[in-house]
Amino acid sequence: MKRREFLTIPAHTLGGSLWYSLAGRPSLVSAQQKELRVPLRFFTAVEAQVVTAACDRIFPSDENGPGAKEAAVIIYIDRQLAGPYGRDKYRYTKGPWRESVPEHGNQRPASPRETYRQGLALLGASFADQTAEEQDRRLQAIERTDFFQLLRTQTIEGMFCDPLHGGNAGMIGWQLIGFPGPVMTHHGQSANGSKRPAPRSLEQITGRRVKGWEDEA
Amino acid sequence: MHWGGVETWHGRRSLLTLKKVDVVIAGGGWTGLATAKEITTRTALEVVVLERGAARSVSEYSANMDEVDYSIRMRMLQNIAEETLTHRHTIRDTAAPVRQWGHARIGTGTGGGGEHWAGVANRYPADTFVLATALRERFGTAKLPEHLSVQDWAFTWNDIEPYYTRVEEMMGIGGKAGNIQGRKIEGGNIFEGPRSKEYPVGPHRKTGGMAQFETAARQLGYHPYNRPAATLPFDYKNPDGIQRPACAYCGYCAMYGCMIGSKAQPTNLLMPILRRRKSFTLRNGCWVRRIKHQNGRAEGVVYMDSQGQEVFQPADLVVAGAFTPNNVRLLLMSKIGVPYDPLTGQGTLGKNFTHQLSGGADLQLIHKQPMGEGMRAGGQGMSVSDFDGFNGIENETGILRGGTFTGGGGGSGLPIASFGAMPAGAAPRNWGSQWKKATLEYHDRIAGAPTFEAEHLAYKHNYLDLDPTYTDKWGDPLLRTTIDWTEHEQRVRAFAARVSAKMAREMAAVSGAKVIEGGGRGAGRRTGRYQTSAYATSHLHGGAIMGDSPANSVVNSYLQHWHLSNLWVVGASAFPQAGATNPTITSLSITLRACDALINRYLKHPGALA
Ligand SMILES: Cc1cc2nc3c(=O)[nH]c(=O)nc-3n(C[C@H](O)[C@H](O)[C@H](O)COP(=O)(O)OP(=O)(O)OC[C@H]3O[C@@H](n4cnc5c(N)ncnc54)[C@H](O)[C@@H]3O)c2cc1C
Ligand code: SF4
Repeated sequence: MKRREFLTIPAHTLGGSLWYSLAGRPSLVSAQQKELRVPLRFFTAVEAQVVTAACDRIFPSDENGPGAKEAAVIIYIDRQLAGPYGRDKYRYTKGPWRESVPEHGNQRPASPRETYRQGLALLGASFADQTAEEQDRRLQAIERTDFFQLLRTQTIEGMFCDPLHGGNAGMIGWQLIGFPGPVMTHHGQSANGSKRPAPRSLEQITGRRVKGWEDEA
Repeated sequence: MHWGGVETWHGRRSLLTLKKVDVVIAGGGWTGLATAKEITTRTALEVVVLERGAARSVSEYSANMDEVDYSIRMRMLQNIAEETLTHRHTIRDTAAPVRQWGHARIGTGTGGGGEHWAGVANRYPADTFVLATALRERFGTAKLPEHLSVQDWAFTWNDIEPYYTRVEEMMGIGGKAGNIQGRKIEGGNIFEGPRSKEYPVGPHRKTGGMAQFETAARQLGYHPYNRPAATLPFDYKNPDGIQRPACAYCGYCAMYGCMIGSKAQPTNLLMPILRRRKSFTLRNGCWVRRIKHQNGRAEGVVYMDSQGQEVFQPADLVVAGAFTPNNVRLLLMSKIGVPYDPLTGQGTLGKNFTHQLSGGADLQLIHKQPMGEGMRAGGQGMSVSDFDGFNGIENETGILRGGTFTGGGGGSGLPIASFGAMPAGAAPRNWGSQWKKATLEYHDRIAGAPTFEAEHLAYKHNYLDLDPTYTDKWGDPLLRTTIDWTEHEQRVRAFAARVSAKMAREMAAVSGAKVIEGGGRGAGRRTGRYQTSAYATSHLHGGAIMGDSPANSVVNSYLQHWHLSNLWVVGASAFPQAGATNPTITSLSITLRACDALINRYLKHPGALA
């Protein structure tokens, strides 16, 4: 069996005060805690650093608010790839594989996992150590690849997903756009204005543990 | 033993033959369970429903309000890895499988697509049911495209109207009538066919966007109405005594089961009744693969059960309620009827495959402030039917039929789906700091132009058959769709884009929003060809169509198979062509009409009804 790899995240980079463990349980990050060691399910530690760096260029933390790093987007992506989706359990994968007309969309056999491994090879292990400008140049060069498009899509998903999936840590993504969470009391009332209620996650609302699909099968 | 002609298919493993039942139904969605309810509550017959997906109940839906698993991974849909469709544009092309859910979505599990539908519940315009006649009368046969294969429905508005009323009362459709017994009523859809009575429930409240659409439409001289919806606007108790609470506008609607049971779903309207009937059995995890038949009679169905055991369930009556694609595929695989040949026009099985047409202007409205409308219910919206059917197309050359425009919303409101809308060119690329800044600046400020849904006429070259290459998880051939848009659909879409743009500009004038080009619903469809990669609608019709003779159809107007009088094929597979709006209440109406004929006539005198 593969040795378990860990991603080490400095605690102060995480946006909210809530942190979701591998088992999906929320816990408080105390100010004293210097770093978090998160067990990885799919990536190696080096790969996780590369993906973290790339997501941070896609959705940076900057003067307009927190970004992919604070939302722990990497944890979302790691779990998605480790689960059945990453293995293409929800895609029709019988052959023959043939390129077809553009109207037929992606007819290529690479699974999301394979797409990431191919993309990571393009970026190289040193990507995380490069300057932001250099990283942007490298990403621009691969903008049209399946990998980049998937990475971009999943960065957005990891920013704004329910925290039960590992991303949107502390619900900072939802705070950024004023999304209140899956509450049943809208009745069309405007969620707009200065006094936004703090968002609530599905587990907070239902009062019970909710398992993401990536944790099944 | 005769296996409907497929001798090689069933494996070496022994086939378990069960005790014969009165009725076996393939498919436990809207139509299959509605049929089961009619039969078990009105007769003493024993009914078994075979549903390939899992059991479902309303109580499990509270934990489903999760955009990643349900909107993005599409957790409620049938797992496409196990079964999909293939598509080619013409008979000269090689079909490719739909590998990830794209242009249409197919349900599974108890309730089928009826659990995660959006609840849009318009009736079809009255002349839909006599469309072939209406087109001939208006244009003359010589002026119609030669490859058109539109047919009449083998009944008329007066035949279906009572069933529409029954379905609306069962579901508690919220809306406002526009035509009661010929009396036109402002505020409703004045172009609808004459209704026997008002909707059972009032319409949804109007969001700010809906009010803008309404004002704009009025100013243009159109007749806006609040779109009828199955997402209960007010508390309601239906004639079966089933009580449901009003919608809470949670926004997790299409692609989700309703957590509080407001949306009309088979699990909250049909299962509570069926569960109490001793004569009803639902078997989940059972994939029907063949309808067994001999000497012009269906003998039952062969299926794989959840343990992988192959089972033969004999029955006196067989009902296929497996939704359009699988109704047709089951008939093809079971060698029931003559497959349609587009070159000769011979055969009926698989012909007249249609897929509701959609479109709209490639425009967006940019509001000065966030709209702050929160979430919407499925189906909620304002529509105009001023261009439905023959309405408003007098001056358009080459357009045979129009469609319905709907507007007034700002996207789904869910955080991932609604994220990132901005005017073209607002950021140099679609990632990075400048893009992030623009996404936040424009968040919740962009609304689309009114959307358009229209009839899709049937053509000789659009049809269904079995794919020669690709198979499902059992090794059975997939259903192959051969379909493309014609010049007519391109013209209708161009016309719709113009009307939608006109309405969007008027809405902008009303609301003070700015109109910008690009990014609207027309985007991504620029090739104009039929595509399977992006969502269009889940409304697939035809292939086992009804008609007035076995020469032009698979079933009669009671959805009874022309050649096997104890086989009934219910649902939208019987639509001769797609109607202008969403299909479910029409699909259920013809199914209830079929049940009446089956119970009141067939059971008394078994045989062909016609
Ligand atoms: C996302 C979405 C939104 C929609 N929104 C709307 C809307 O707003 N308005 C509208 O009018 N319609 C809408 N629809 C369409 C609506 O869901 C269908 O028209 C309706 O459910 C059709 O009823 P049916 O019984 O024919 O099929 P379904 O309800 O899908 O039921 C068919 C059942 O048969 C089962 N089955 C299939 N093959 C087999 C087999 N071989 N063996 C055993 N079981 C089998 C399936 O698992 C399924 O449960 C929507 C659909 C989707 C997916
Ligand atoms: S929007 Fe209304 S009907 Fe739809 S799921 Fe939410 S509460 Fe139910």
